[in-house]
Amino acid sequence: MSEKKGWKELMRGSDLPPASSLEYKTGSWRTLRPVWDPEKCTHCMFCVAYCPDMAIPVKVTEEGVKGFGARIYKGTVRLETNFDYCKGCGICAQECPTHAIEMIREEEAVKGSK
Amino acid sequence: MSTWKALTGAQAVAEAMRQANPDVVAAYPITPQTPIVEQFASFVANGIVDTEMIPVESEHSAMSCTVGAAAAGARAMCATASQGLALMWEVVAAVPGLRLPIVMPIVNRALSAPINIHCDHSDAMGATTIGWIQIYSENAQEAYENTLLAIRLAEHKDVLLPVMVMQDGFIISHGVENVEVFDDEAVKNFVGERKPDRYLLDVDHPYTIGPLALPDYYFEIKRQQEAAMENALKVYLEVGKELSKISGHDYPYFEEYKTEDAEAVIVILSSAAGTAKDAVDELRNEGKKVGLVKPKLFRPFPYREMRKALEKFKAIGVLDRSMAFGAYAPLYTEVRNALFESENRPKLQSYIFGLGGKDIFKSDIKKVFDELLSGNLNPEEQRYIRLRG
Amino acid sequence: MKEVYEVRMHARAGQGAKSGSQLLAEAAFKEGKWIQSFPEYGSERRGAPTVSYTRISDKRLRTHEPIVNPDAVLVFDPGLARTIDVTSGLSEESGILIVNTTDSVDEVKKQTGFNGKVYTLDATGISLDLLHIDAPNVPMLGALIKVTGIVKLESLEEVIKEHFLEKLGEEKVNKNIEGLKRAYEEVSK
Repeated sequence: MSEKKGWKELMRGSDLPPASSLEYKTGSWRTLRPVWDPEKCTHCMFCVAYCPDMAIPVKVTEEGVKGFGARIYKGTVRLETNFDYCKGCGICAQECPTHAIEMIREEEAVKGSK
Repeated sequence: MSTWKALTGAQAVAEAMRQANPDVVAAYPITPQTPIVEQFASFVANGIVDTEMIPVESEHSAMSCTVGAAAAGARAMCATASQGLALMWEVVAAVPGLRLPIVMPIVNRALSAPINIHCDHSDAMGATTIGWIQIYSENAQEAYENTLLAIRLAEHKDVLLPVMVMQDGFIISHGVENVEVFDDEAVKNFVGERKPDRYLLDVDHPYTIGPLALPDYYFEIKRQQEAAMENALKVYLEVGKELSKISGHDYPYFEEYKTEDAEAVIVILSSAAGTAKDAVDELRNEGKKVGLVKPKLFRPFPYREMRKALEKFKAIGVLDRSMAFGAYAPLYTEVRNALFESENRPKLQSYIFGLGGKDIFKSDIKKVFDELLSGNLNPEEQRYIRLRG
Repeated sequence: MKEVYEVRMHARAGQGAKSGSQLLAEAAFKEGKWIQSFPEYGSERRGAPTVSYTRISDKRLRTHEPIVNPDAVLVFDPGLARTIDVTSGLSEESGILIVNTTDSVDEVKKQTGFNGKVYTLDATGISLDLLHIDAPNVPMLGALIKVTGIVKLESLEEVIKEHFLEKLGEEKVNKNIEGLKRAYEEVSK
């Protein structure tokens, strides 16, 4: 836990330095974890657009990645979820048209990774 | 070179705004503030200032636009009165916490109900606990000078708080008086340009303004505001000294008139103080030892200085142009507070006058002094001037 | 002249008493005086009774009380005297009453019960004749300065030009000044 600043150390008013939300790791809130299956993914970007925490990073690729139907998807594609910020809300799984995301219990995911 | 002009109080404030040439003015017309906006809009239309004037659909929008512009880095001003202030309240209350140096002339008018367009201080006195600096003006000249002073005070790096500059509705706002308008260049040099240390349009240095602050930070941020108010007491005098070089006038926290050897003194704000000075002169001619104290800076309130100024008198009458309903009147409350620490507390008496524009005459003030000198005082009783029984 | 000269104007909204009180003040301002001009505001609608005040002084004015004991009272509509005590606070020894009417001075004295100095002027007649509207304010000022000399005719002329040249054009301004001068000549005791 970080020390909270006293009133003299804070920026004036309620002003904050830029991008300070990056310091706030909401990943620790997660009780359910999205497990993404790249082989079922069409890279439609629904999950990226719906994610309330912008926790699904993307990249632009010319050679493409393999996805749903063993096809190659080029252009903007999604990457693995950033678990520092994913709070496990499940909106991505709910919206995914190809059911490429499954929510599993965080506990089990942690055990499984050990 | 300064110029003497025949101006209303509203026009005098518009002159100050012309000279300060703010980047943005967003305002909605409301009686009796309308002539400020009207006059300033004509300056904009005639290209005398290069202000972006935003005619808005309500006072709530007026203050919202002013806040947005000030956060973006502009010198932004607004003006209002009474119900207008009430309507913009939600945003007004947010400004001190955002630490935006907005200057807003207020033309004091009674609050509804019953609906009334005339002068009392109930609009501004309702806004004394939310962190705006408040300066009260006796006449058009003071309203003009206080507006200039307010801009520098608000924008000072140790303050960065909004300021309301008061003048009495109709009595001052619509009355024509001789006003000395200072040299444009001198005033321009005095007010300078707003140089914010950070602002939202500075895209190379992004920051966040107006976030949520929960119990873990809200209190700390509010404590900062209190520190800024403490600084404002000092900066007010400093900026005043600088303005003196142009105006030749002093800018104390409060004006003391013939108080030197006075036994009975009244404390009174704004235009009625002028009338009361004439009453003091007449009573002095009759050999009565009376004087007057007129607070100018009401927020922050200079408690220590006020105590030192007042504790030497035998009797003090405090005349409020608003009521606090169920509590002591606002000015009376502060005077009592100031004197609590005194070893020799004077006898105090609270008076209410002039609500909804009821006239006050020299003769009324003289009666107050007679009462103060007679010793028939009850500090826990509120007395009413010119109220039909 | 007194140190502070105070004028009260009774009119009906639309007759220009507010402007009148301001024109008078500004003429005095031009002559280096300290001035105040302020109207009493009610809920304004054309025809409602109005009161406007002018203070002219050799020293700085501080008071902001309404004028209680005027040195001169101007009544823009004689009908006002039926419902309002237009001579309230006006001294019968030194006070001056000027009424816009076609009645005689004696008749006005009878109507108002005021037995001080009374002057009459058909200001509405002058205004109708020259401008075809009931704007008696400028003629009433002409009468006031003839009777009292509190400001110079030229100062008032100058102020009228400043105020109205842009707004009304040269022809109407000239008619106003003509009305001012006619009133100056025609006011009767």
